[in-house]
Amino acid sequence: MKQIIQQIFRSGKFIVGFSIFTTILLVVIVYPLLIPDPPLNIIGQGTFFEPGIYVSVFDSISSPQYTLNLDEAAAKRIASKLGEEDRLAIKEWLIASGIPEGEIEIENTEKLLDQWFENYDPAKNIPGMTNAKRNYFIRLNKAITGLLSDEGMSITVKNAETGVLEEKGTIVPSAYVNVNEVPNVRVLPLGTDNFGRDVLTELVAATRVSLQIGFVAGIIATLIGLTLGLLSGYVGGVVDDVIMFITNLFIVIPSFVLLILISFSIGQDQRGAFTIAMVIGFTSWVWTARAVRSQVISLRNRDHVNLSKLSGHSVVHIILTDILPYIASYVVMALILQISSGILAEAGLSILGLGPRTTEVPTLGLMMNWAMIYQAHILGKWWAYFPVIITIALITFSMNLMNTGLDQVFNPALRD
Amino acid sequence: MAVDYIYVEVILRAYRKYFLNKFLWFLVTLVSAFLLNFILPRLMPGDPVAAIVSRLAQGMSNTSGIQAIYEQYTELFGTNKPLLEQFVIYVKNVVQGDFGFSFSQYPRTVADVIKSSIWWTIALQFPAIIVGWLIGNSLGALAAYLRGSFDKVFMPISIFASNLPAFGMAVILMVVFAVTLKWFPTSGGYGFDLIPNFSWKFIWSVIVHYQLPFWSIVLITIGGQAIGMRSMSIYELNADYVKYSRFMGIKDRKIVSYVFRNAMLPQITGLALSIGTMVGGALVAEIIFSYPGLGSTILTAVLGQDYPLISAATLIITIMVLSANFLIEIVYGFLDPRIKAVQAD
Repeated sequence: MKQIIQQIFRSGKFIVGFSIFTTILLVVIVYPLLIPDPPLNIIGQGTFFEPGIYVSVFDSISSPQYTLNLDEAAAKRIASKLGEEDRLAIKEWLIASGIPEGEIEIENTEKLLDQWFENYDPAKNIPGMTNAKRNYFIRLNKAITGLLSDEGMSITVKNAETGVLEEKGTIVPSAYVNVNEVPNVRVLPLGTDNFGRDVLTELVAATRVSLQIGFVAGIIATLIGLTLGLLSGYVGGVVDDVIMFITNLFIVIPSFVLLILISFSIGQDQRGAFTIAMVIGFTSWVWTARAVRSQVISLRNRDHVNLSKLSGHSVVHIILTDILPYIASYVVMALILQISSGILAEAGLSILGLGPRTTEVPTLGLMMNWAMIYQAHILGKWWAYFPVIITIALITFSMNLMNTGLDQVFNPALRD
Repeated sequence: MAVDYIYVEVILRAYRKYFLNKFLWFLVTLVSAFLLNFILPRLMPGDPVAAIVSRLAQGMSNTSGIQAIYEQYTELFGTNKPLLEQFVIYVKNVVQGDFGFSFSQYPRTVADVIKSSIWWTIALQFPAIIVGWLIGNSLGALAAYLRGSFDKVFMPISIFASNLPAFGMAVILMVVFAVTLKWFPTSGGYGFDLIPNFSWKFIWSVIVHYQLPFWSIVLITIGGQAIGMRSMSIYELNADYVKYSRFMGIKDRKIVSYVFRNAMLPQITGLALSIGTMVGGALVAEIIFSYPGLGSTILTAVLGQDYPLISAATLIITIMVLSANFLIEIVYGFLDPRIKAVQAD
């Protein structure tokens, strides 16, 4: 046993797969200990907040202020306020004022603003300009000048009795706060989803649930497949015929059709993550049964099995001691594949809207389903779906690598 | 001459036996699929019609339709009759193509909804799976034959690609080529401003919309097939007949064609056995692109709690998969020399 394990850990593919898988497992276990928020907590009012560090505005105002005189500050402020549309509008004005198009760089904020202040004149009328457009330019000019001014903003508080605004202080453009001193700062490494949930927390919880679904489905499928395969291969005769008939039937009848029918029949209210796992397990045992059967048939007439039979051991005893150990490696490999295909099956079902009911736990498939329904992929909200795809791919990839590695250890013919 | 004639006779008999066998199996699986489609929803606790109608209220807004559907559906389901009679009614309706009204798209009938979506699925999936299978097998055989750096670069990519779920590949292709580069449209089977007709504009729109769903299925298929073909070919390349042929001085190209043919046979069986899974993955990919095929139909049916539509769609998909399976078995029969050999002995 020890030697086999040593041999397995000498296989490069297995080690890579094993490391990826263990990392995922560790994250799933450790992350909730560090950040114990409930994963389905809706924290964001609105959909799809971008990944980033969110600093409380309210707390920043009352935090200690420091003055930093940075040259770039004003330019950066304007650069971030000027959208693509504003820049194009400025360009339009400049061209109308007779500046050659080649000299206008809309990405160079500083130069663009210089040109703007030189050429802008509210009284000037460009032929064909609507009144709305003229007002827009006036507003734009005001906004830019406002941003450039050194005057601060004042903080006012409404007096509870008189309703009059009272000035509490001013904030000058050169005032800074230290993020460490702001009591409320929330890091959202993957932003929020369509419901306003923290995607990273949700993703970790979803990975855990999906792995559990995979494990339950895989173990059920492997147990059924193993039992039927052993019975059919070892007992033979009519039992074999009946089992193989059923197995071959379910190999050609697509299992996802059964999944859809059963999941739909169960109904939304009854579908928990565990139920879905069981349904997947009950519909995906066929390959294991077939493979175990063929292995058992090749073992059935080996000398040690015949010897055991002659010694009068019971069928159960022979299966447990003379057959199972020989196919154990195979069964483990089948289990690994079942787990990864179980995770994929859940994801597929959830995208069809037949996944676990949505109020309790997230799963990878459900997250994908939500992202697709809210069109995250078309809106360019990559953080809502891309990490999910990568997680699914990493789980299945790592399991397949482990499987290939094991295969090469146990089947010398496949070694390179 | 006489000997030749007898030989031909024996071979024909062998083929007849093989095809008859496969055809019987096709019928058996078909009947079983019918049975499952009939029984599974009836395993629901309680009265299925009542359960369906209680969901109906949530799924449908047309109140005049609810009554009509309820009556028709009670008759269709016939829950008050014995199970055997229910089954006879069910089979009779299915054979006549009568699946009742669709709940979510009332007053369209289920047959009508299926009819308008099935061709999209067939035209998308089967070419894509076949093309992916051909490219995958060629690349896999090439990797086994060339080895070296081609193999080293190609294999990890195929392993990763084959582990990507079909919907993942679909989303990635869509984000890259439709959303970012804007080379292709993001969704649908044709431009939303067009009405299906035989104009160049419409056909071109269909072709453009076809590309991304097609290639996402092809790419997924390539990965899995290439891996299988590569290990099959490596196994065959080490076989004794290859070494013997080399000793005999037979040309490399000839040997490769032997190897390819032998490695191909298990791959054809593999295609027959996994076509169901592939179709399942491709249906989900269809949903990502809102392609107007059966995948999207199932999604709308699930969202609208449209039981008759789901039942019919899954039955149609099963029949499609079983037929494809049967066709592959027939092709296999012509390709595998052992069928002749074994039976003629």
